[in-house]
Amino acid sequence: MKPKSDNKMALQAEGLTKIYGSGNTEVVAVRNAAMQVHRGEIVALLGPSGAGKSTLLTLLGLIQTPNVGTIRIADKTVFDHHALTVNVRSFRRRYLGFVFQKANLIPFLTAAENVQLAMEINHTPPRQARQRTLELLEYLDVADRADYLPAKLSGGQQQRVAVARALANSPTLLLADEPTAALDSVRGRQVMELFRRVAHEHDSGVIVVTHDHRSLDVFDRILEMEDGVLKEHPTGTKK
Amino acid sequence: MNLAIKDIRHNFGRFVLTSLGIGMLLMLVMGMGGIYRGLVQDATLIVDRIDADLWVVQKNTRGPFAEISRIPRTLEDRIAAVPGVQSSYAFISHTVQRSFNNKPLRLTIQGLSWPADRGHWFPIIAGRGLEQAHYEMVADKSSGLQPGDRIPLAKEIFTVVGLTEGMTSAAGDSMAFMTLLDAQAVQFDLPPEAIRIERTARVNRLSDHELGRTQPQMQDHAAGPGAQIPALGTSMVSAVLVQVLPGFSADAVAKQIEAWPDVSVYTQNGQKELLLRGSVDRARRQLGLFRVLLIIVSGIIMALILYTLTLDKLHDIAMLKLIGAANTVIFRLIMEQAMLLGVIGFGLAHILGQWAFPHFPRRVLLLQEDLIVLAGIVVVISVLSSLLGIHRALRTEPNEVLS
Repeated sequence: MKPKSDNKMALQAEGLTKIYGSGNTEVVAVRNAAMQVHRGEIVALLGPSGAGKSTLLTLLGLIQTPNVGTIRIADKTVFDHHALTVNVRSFRRRYLGFVFQKANLIPFLTAAENVQLAMEINHTPPRQARQRTLELLEYLDVADRADYLPAKLSGGQQQRVAVARALANSPTLLLADEPTAALDSVRGRQVMELFRRVAHEHDSGVIVVTHDHRSLDVFDRILEMEDGVLKEHPTGTKK
Repeated sequence: MNLAIKDIRHNFGRFVLTSLGIGMLLMLVMGMGGIYRGLVQDATLIVDRIDADLWVVQKNTRGPFAEISRIPRTLEDRIAAVPGVQSSYAFISHTVQRSFNNKPLRLTIQGLSWPADRGHWFPIIAGRGLEQAHYEMVADKSSGLQPGDRIPLAKEIFTVVGLTEGMTSAAGDSMAFMTLLDAQAVQFDLPPEAIRIERTARVNRLSDHELGRTQPQMQDHAAGPGAQIPALGTSMVSAVLVQVLPGFSADAVAKQIEAWPDVSVYTQNGQKELLLRGSVDRARRQLGLFRVLLIIVSGIIMALILYTLTLDKLHDIAMLKLIGAANTVIFRLIMEQAMLLGVIGFGLAHILGQWAFPHFPRRVLLLQEDLIVLAGIVVVISVLSSLLGIHRALRTEPNEVLS
């Protein structure tokens, strides 16, 4: 399946560098990274532990700021050389979605409320938010667990709810950091296929950090990081 | 979506226990205020109830409650003759402690000027009022006495014929009402041996005097009962209560009586002022300091509880920030919980207080204006105590989700 709108950019990043510490303790976590992700495209980010994958993801998600570089998301420059150019929190809630290894659902909210909250934070009227929440949960096949607290859901169900929350505000860019690490291979595969569906049907750019080489066939493109350097995976573009 | 309520619903048991703890602390704060109000009411109760326009007491004393006052009973008649006086009654007040049914029994005895004063001003809740001049008493319920109880006092047996409620002295002792003559008998009661010694002493003193030596028959009188010796004077009372005729100014009447060199006169408000400025004022300041300390302690405990509750939610707060929640969302989450904790704690304090305070040995009086002020203070300490948690929450970085 081809991306729906491959001419629109979800992400453009150039020259991203992140350095921790200084002097003898200096560690270059990300070195001059550049990447582009189209809307509707799903990209895998591989690499050994400590290669800088998660750090790169936090830079792209505006959770941390790079020391230098440029980031454009949804055709808006959000980081230019040394400084953020947008209100980060409001930008994140409108344009970005996050999924992590742990679902990180708010434990005192039901599955539906976790999703609905993301929309209400983005000023969606409650009734409309509730309607869209149920649609998303239906789409992700967890509608029957809408009123369950996270503690009553299986790991796979929690991850689906986390994906629903990430999709709540129709993000331009969805960032997933090892979302299947806590799942068995069957459920891990299901979640990866779900991301692919989300990318193609929701017209979002999706970047997935993963160690799971068994599901690489679901990705449109595969990138690899090693010692902070980002490069195309030897297998190149899969689709 | 109200996150504070959702969180409370999820941790309901913990929230209830925390509220209960805060409630009990606030109950102590409430109780301190109530004890002070009770102290004021106890101190001024009898003055209010008797409702005399003027209190005439021994010159330069602040009697009969703030200090001992002794005036002759004949003053009752002198005062009755003053223009503008409608009526005057002798009054006596003193405290005794005896043992009854093997338990200590403290009573503040109020002697009524029988038969003019039959105690219409105190509320009888069981039995009846005084109906004879001797050996009957009406006691307050707080004394533990029951109608029909027989109390030995001043070599006589007094029967409890009725009970009052809420009649306690400034010291918190239960009041007992009897006729003035009985109250005097109790106050000046001496053991027989002391009477015999005093009679012998009188005879000895007289024999040392020229009058005794020249008129030996006087020694026979001196050896007899004191009441039969005209030179020993009339019995003493604590105060004389005055009602002023309608149309007359109490201040004007007071001025006339005050001109006499042997008495001091206080209006009803003056008498109350005396009571409140004395020991009650010290107690008020002491209780006030305790209240302030308790409020500070409550604030610190609330702050620690809210801080701990916030620490428990730091991961969720980081997630909220990550998905773009504004600081106001996080601020409201903590502030609303603080307010709910304060309000529910205050409500529980009130409910617990209503149940517990009547069992306290001293009167605890909860006045609406005090409750409103305390509610305001609770709101303020709720806001202040949440600031520590809010400060910590606002410093939380979204990347803490990843840790």
